[in-house]
Amino acid sequence: MSQTVTRGKRLVDHFEIGLDAPICLTWELTYACNLACVHCLSSSGRRDPRELSTAECMTVIDELQRMQVFYVNIGGGEPTVRRDFWDLLDYATGHDVGVKFSTNGSRITAEVARRLAGSDYVDVQVSLDGATAPVNDAIRGAGSYATAIRAMERLAEAGMRNFKLSVVVTRNNVPQLDLFAAIADRYGAQLRLTRLRPSGRGADVWDALHPTAAQQRQLYDWLRERGERVLTGDSFFHLAAYGDPLPGLNLCGAGRVVCLIDPVGDVYACPFAIHDAFLAGNVRTAGGFTEVWRHSELFTRLRRPQTGGACSSCAHFDSCRGGCMAAKFFTGLALDGPDPECVLGHGESLLALRGSEPAPRPAADHSRAAVNHARRPAPACDESPLAGLEVIR
Amino acid sequence: MSFDLERPWRLHRQVALRPEPFGALAYHFGNRRLSFLKTRKLLAVVQALGEHPTGRDACRSAGVGEDELTAYARALEALAASGMLVERESR
Repeated sequence: MSQTVTRGKRLVDHFEIGLDAPICLTWELTYACNLACVHCLSSSGRRDPRELSTAECMTVIDELQRMQVFYVNIGGGEPTVRRDFWDLLDYATGHDVGVKFSTNGSRITAEVARRLAGSDYVDVQVSLDGATAPVNDAIRGAGSYATAIRAMERLAEAGMRNFKLSVVVTRNNVPQLDLFAAIADRYGAQLRLTRLRPSGRGADVWDALHPTAAQQRQLYDWLRERGERVLTGDSFFHLAAYGDPLPGLNLCGAGRVVCLIDPVGDVYACPFAIHDAFLAGNVRTAGGFTEVWRHSELFTRLRRPQTGGACSSCAHFDSCRGGCMAAKFFTGLALDGPDPECVLGHGESLLALRGSEPAPRPAADHSRAAVNHARRPAPACDESPLAGLEVIR
Repeated sequence: MSFDLERPWRLHRQVALRPEPFGALAYHFGNRRLSFLKTRKLLAVVQALGEHPTGRDACRSAGVGEDELTAYARALEALAASGMLVERESR
């Protein structure tokens, strides 16, 4: 869009005070998952018995249609393990709500692939966290690499174009960025990189797996070089402080333009913030999702002007906006201070200064008890708040 | 490439518009791109395109002044480049 047509408020100012409906939202349909990735943002594994019923899900979709939410990012857990998954998909697309769903690929049969390739209103995101089996399977579990590759083969064979290959960037896979790009090319997919958050089980592995400072710089340069060809779901806006922003809105959209609906209908400010501190309400209460989005106390508060706190005197505050709220919260840092991965190193020094007080723990743990955490595989739960937004600037 | 104001245009059939205080959101279900229409007037232009013989007429009907035409043509060009707007068959 031409900047010359912009008058008065900047777009980002509108987004910071919130919109009447989210631009896009993440909906985790189930906590059930056949994998158990070490970094699962929703600590998925076992189904929650209070899960929304098919009818309740359809009511939510009706609301989204009325609110003109263009599409939802469906995840989990592994959403395709819900028996009504394909019915809900059809119901959403039949009600003007597009769907992009994340999957580990285990249920993408040749027949499913053909069906998906035939719909203009469905997009698929296959999760893979290593460009080689050893790197991937250490995070997502034995055999998960082969499963994801087979799913991509089937999607490509069925003629599905531009589905997403979704990668959570870790210390172990930063050296594989070019390899990921090659895999995406091979299957006619688009590469999507997102940030590892210390959310869910990710809290347990974040220290060991989050990219080093040098790797963050490498990632930034790599993304800058590729521009809009690689999607990031606005995941890395904290890297904007290196200089030029990456493509995207470059703001924390939590409770302002994005949110999460979890499997039991709880509405959180963002998919990475499953904790009571970020719980706005539940779609089952009177007024439903619309009421929660428009009038909940939490979202109202998030839409008020935020103070930059310790960051406000920093020359880069306007570009990184203090970074990711969830990353700060689950590493025990102040919400109005620097991001733990602040490119100037301010977060790192604060992490070092943290006392013995433990960081807040994610709200609910649906991990399977029997899971051997030495080889936890993965769900399709690598969702990012602005997932899939290809913002034209 | 520049936007040809003398040609007939319309919104792509797979594009949905959602009016907002600042203008509108436009989402293309085909290429899954989101775009921001930064003024209400631009939204009016985009909605008028299909009913007017040329882009220029649509702009005029939405109240775009002569002095604003270049800026609006640029905005329309960006929307056309992302597939949001397509040329209509001329009769």
